[in-house]
Amino acid sequence: MTLSPPPKAPAKAAANGAGIRARLSRARATKPGEIYGVPGQGNTFWLSVASVLVMLFVWWLVTALGLVKPLFVPSPQSVLAKFVQIWNQGFTNTPFLEHVSISTFRVFSAFILACLIGLPLGLAMGMSPVMRGIFDPPIEFYRPIPPLAYLPLMIIWFGIDETSKVLLIFLSMFAPIVLGARSGVKSAAIEQIHAAYSFGATRWQVMRHVILPSAMPEILTAMRVGIGFGWTTLVAAEMVAATKGLGYMVLSASQFLQTSVVIMGIFVIAIIAFAFDLLMRFLERRLVPWKGRM
Amino acid sequence: MSLNIDHVSVIYPAADGRPPVAALSEIDLTIAEGEFVVALGASGCGKSTLLNLIAGFLSPTTGSLTLEGRAVSGPGADRAVVFQKHALLPWLNVLDNVAFGLMLQGVGKEARTRTANDYIGLLGLDGFQNSPVYKLSGGMQQRVGIARALTCDPKVLLMDEPLGALDALTREKAQELILKIWGETGKSVFFITHSVEEALFMGTKLIVMSPRPGRITHRFDLPFSRQFQSGTPARKVKASPEFIALRETVLNIIFADEEALE
Repeated sequence: MTLSPPPKAPAKAAANGAGIRARLSRARATKPGEIYGVPGQGNTFWLSVASVLVMLFVWWLVTALGLVKPLFVPSPQSVLAKFVQIWNQGFTNTPFLEHVSISTFRVFSAFILACLIGLPLGLAMGMSPVMRGIFDPPIEFYRPIPPLAYLPLMIIWFGIDETSKVLLIFLSMFAPIVLGARSGVKSAAIEQIHAAYSFGATRWQVMRHVILPSAMPEILTAMRVGIGFGWTTLVAAEMVAATKGLGYMVLSASQFLQTSVVIMGIFVIAIIAFAFDLLMRFLERRLVPWKGRM
Repeated sequence: MSLNIDHVSVIYPAADGRPPVAALSEIDLTIAEGEFVVALGASGCGKSTLLNLIAGFLSPTTGSLTLEGRAVSGPGADRAVVFQKHALLPWLNVLDNVAFGLMLQGVGKEARTRTANDYIGLLGLDGFQNSPVYKLSGGMQQRVGIARALTCDPKVLLMDEPLGALDALTREKAQELILKIWGETGKSVFFITHSVEEALFMGTKLIVMSPRPGRITHRFDLPFSRQFQSGTPARKVKASPEFIALRETVLNIIFADEEALE
């Protein structure tokens, strides 16, 4: 029996073999120490630093050349000057750090509450079909609704003081935290669970010593995602009769067209949120160094 | 003392319009004290189902399983399982993984550390007590798994292709290590493998299983592991004419099964 020769590739590809398209469409040989073909490998730190510097430079250039009016885009130095001014003199008769601390308090009290209720509930939903049957519909129902849509209800039900603000932020974090904990329950390999049972473990011991630790990576991710939602909802929460807070600062400044305060407030929120995210990543490396490695 | 499997069948109920599947049919098997029973067979022959039955993860549709006269009604510390992989706990170090079973049973920290250290030494893992398990090689991870199974002093050791993920050289060393430990502890073992050579070398009794329905078709008494234990080198055992002849016999049975399936 003779085998027919393999079909020839189209001539075009062969002609372009050394061309730019072929170079871009195929991975190059890697340097020693790297693995061929891993998607997206490589260190991005300096590129990220450069990216930030370029954006700052473009921002400065656009304002310095007078291409955009300061009302729309104030210059970096005027935002910085505003920051120094508000740091020293406060905003609407409240010291700057009080704005920061009241917002942080709102976000973190909502976060702690969401973790205290959401994590056990999510784990219970993962473990028990009864709990899942009961709590899946309400959570899935409210989860995709934007917090601004139920903000009026919060005000009608809980008034305009601290409760409705914290509750709004709480609700925005609650669903992702519950869902993360719930899917984390599935992280334990069935062999790990069987091993524990074959040592005579009780259901509770399996939960405590196998399912919970193996759910930790997903729980930590869920907490990171959750707190991110919390910061996004902060401004909406502080639309309600607030007289203090970063969201209030941004909103009221926008009403007086103080664009530099708006941008400054956005930066402060972003920096606090980013700092917390770094802390969570640090915790992740310390608590679950084994993540994805077994 | 022995494990008795008496006329056991497992039938998975009909689902999605498919007829019921007989995973195991009329299995009779006795594992006596200190016996090393190896199960071999084409995929789908019910070896793992049988192991799950003995472990107590699965209950039989008909028939009965008894261990020392008492019915097996669920998993228990008298039957420890060694899995192919993914069964160690990566958040614990080697020592805590080995001591895991004792910890679940409420043994105090000092006592369980002492016992765990004994088995860590037996498996040649001394000095790795504090290593994270995910940094160990596959062969060492499997030794941790065996040490962990032994700490609770089970009557029967159930091994589900424990060496299947190892490379050929590590695998041969691990076979000898398991035989050495079996000799020292005198446990009964039920061992699943895909490798005919491994099955012949390690067992005192071999059962060959066939699929559809899963059943035991052949039984052999094997002398080879005893020969190894009385001092004959493993390579010499595996090169003996009796070993090779039996290997061909068993291979013929298994290939005939595979062909019948196609």
